[in-house]
Amino acid sequence: MTEQIIFYLLALAITAFSILAVTSKRIVRSATYLLFVLLATAGLYMLLGYYFLFAVQISVYAGGIMVLFIMAIFLTHKPGKDIRTKKGWRIHASLLLSVVGLLFSGYIVLNNAIGIVQFIENEELTMQQIGTAMLGTGKQQYLLSFEMMSILLLACIVGAILIARKTKTEKNESNDTEL
Amino acid sequence: MLIYSQPLELTKLLAAIDNFLQGNLSPGWAILVKGILVGILLLATYALIALALIYIERKVAAFFQARLGPNRLGKYGVIQSLADMIKILIKEVIHINKADKLLFYAAPFFVIVASVLAFGALPFGINLHAIDFNIGVFYLLAVSSLGIIGILLAGWSSNNKYSMIGAMRSGAQFISYELSAGFSLMTIVVLSGSMQFSEIIEGQRYCWNLFNGHLPAMIAFVIYLISGHAETNRGPFDLPEAESELTAGYHTEYSGLQFGFFYLSEYLNMFIIAAVATTVFLGGWMPIQIKGLEAFNQAMWYIPSWAWFFGKAGLLMFLSLWVRWSFPRLRIDLLLNLEWKYLLPINLVNLLVMVLVVLSGFTLTDLFPVLFGK
Repeated sequence: MTEQIIFYLLALAITAFSILAVTSKRIVRSATYLLFVLLATAGLYMLLGYYFLFAVQISVYAGGIMVLFIMAIFLTHKPGKDIRTKKGWRIHASLLLSVVGLLFSGYIVLNNAIGIVQFIENEELTMQQIGTAMLGTGKQQYLLSFEMMSILLLACIVGAILIARKTKTEKNESNDTEL
Repeated sequence: MLIYSQPLELTKLLAAIDNFLQGNLSPGWAILVKGILVGILLLATYALIALALIYIERKVAAFFQARLGPNRLGKYGVIQSLADMIKILIKEVIHINKADKLLFYAAPFFVIVASVLAFGALPFGINLHAIDFNIGVFYLLAVSSLGIIGILLAGWSSNNKYSMIGAMRSGAQFISYELSAGFSLMTIVVLSGSMQFSEIIEGQRYCWNLFNGHLPAMIAFVIYLISGHAETNRGPFDLPEAESELTAGYHTEYSGLQFGFFYLSEYLNMFIIAAVATTVFLGGWMPIQIKGLEAFNQAMWYIPSWAWFFGKAGLLMFLSLWVRWSFPRLRIDLLLNLEWKYLLPINLVNLLVMVLVVLSGFTLTDLFPVLFGK
């Protein structure tokens, strides 16, 4: 009963803040609403008793990515100005697309998930279990995908540094040689 | 394991309250009432610790600068911070034109909620632990990273250059030093093999992690203290509110209770850092125990666990104050250099060294199981 109430509160928060994040005219406010959506999602994980994912959600999305978002917004030109919404086919197209997406995933959930998938009452997942699942090579262990992801992230970091690095123009180079 | 007599523990009192509630209410209501009681107790402790810390900080600062400090209200000025609290409660909250009102009012809540969330998961003593997650250390790192969003939003929504610069500095500083804090805690998680606070404390019964992991643990301890100090924007690292250049940094425009929120959470974050360091490195609420000396152990248990906890944390907080009032402020590039070019590489190597030490059995508990083993 209590879980039901908390779930509906979280669901309401997620829906309301998602809509606000999209419709808000100020970009920093949008980012803040998005943060609330992410926090409420973390709440859902907590409701499921999966504390590890709860902490990951908060530290990665709320603590890491949102800070980066906000910092990036600060660097843009006049972040405080209201944004004018461009009316036109884009709004209708995206609205249509989201309705189609909702129907599609709703259809799948209704036909496949309910009845077949059942909630397993499990004891708390320990850190050790998660660790061995991530870094093992046996069945239902994911060392390869874990390492692939780390290579992908490494590539992203190297790429970001390459883009952010100052390219020396010829004029600067001549200055450097003088020094 | 011998059972020691613990006369001053709160265990019996808690059990009595629990029995009373269970006996008089239905299970659901009992849990609700207990939850509310724990919440009120935590908030009250939060406020009390903040008040005490503000007084101690002012007094310690005064002694470091060879002054008297607050000495008018009460004996030795003890109720000075209480008077300050009442003053701040009745002060006007000034409205600012051309500020983003919503974010301006929301920002202090982020900061204070983050520190209350972290505060709630601390183990204060035997059975004085509101929630014992199996990912305790990770949870603490995660929720304490929420506070920075409040600072960034505060700086931006104030519509003030100084606030903005302060917030940007604070953001850069926090993100950088959080890495170091996280890594040094991970080093200890490797050592104790658990993220759960109760297990970490239990593992330090006869040998604190600081000594158990000798060299790498001590390096991690020093790095954690430095980065924790930097995360709380204090001491030589208080660039975000450098008053000589930025008036007051990100909270320049705040007044009354809203400023109070920032102020409170700053002191509480200092306490949280000290408390985590105590729990993870110095054995938490566990009294000093020597294997075999039962009489000594019993004598140590007469001091209640919460007194041990606050004593150890107090020592670390005094260290923090000492550093704050002894060193001049760093420049922002020096500050970021320190983190990215020194602390982080040392930390990464240190983590590897710790893994090697644990795997090859060079921890003190492995080397001398007679003295320190469980």
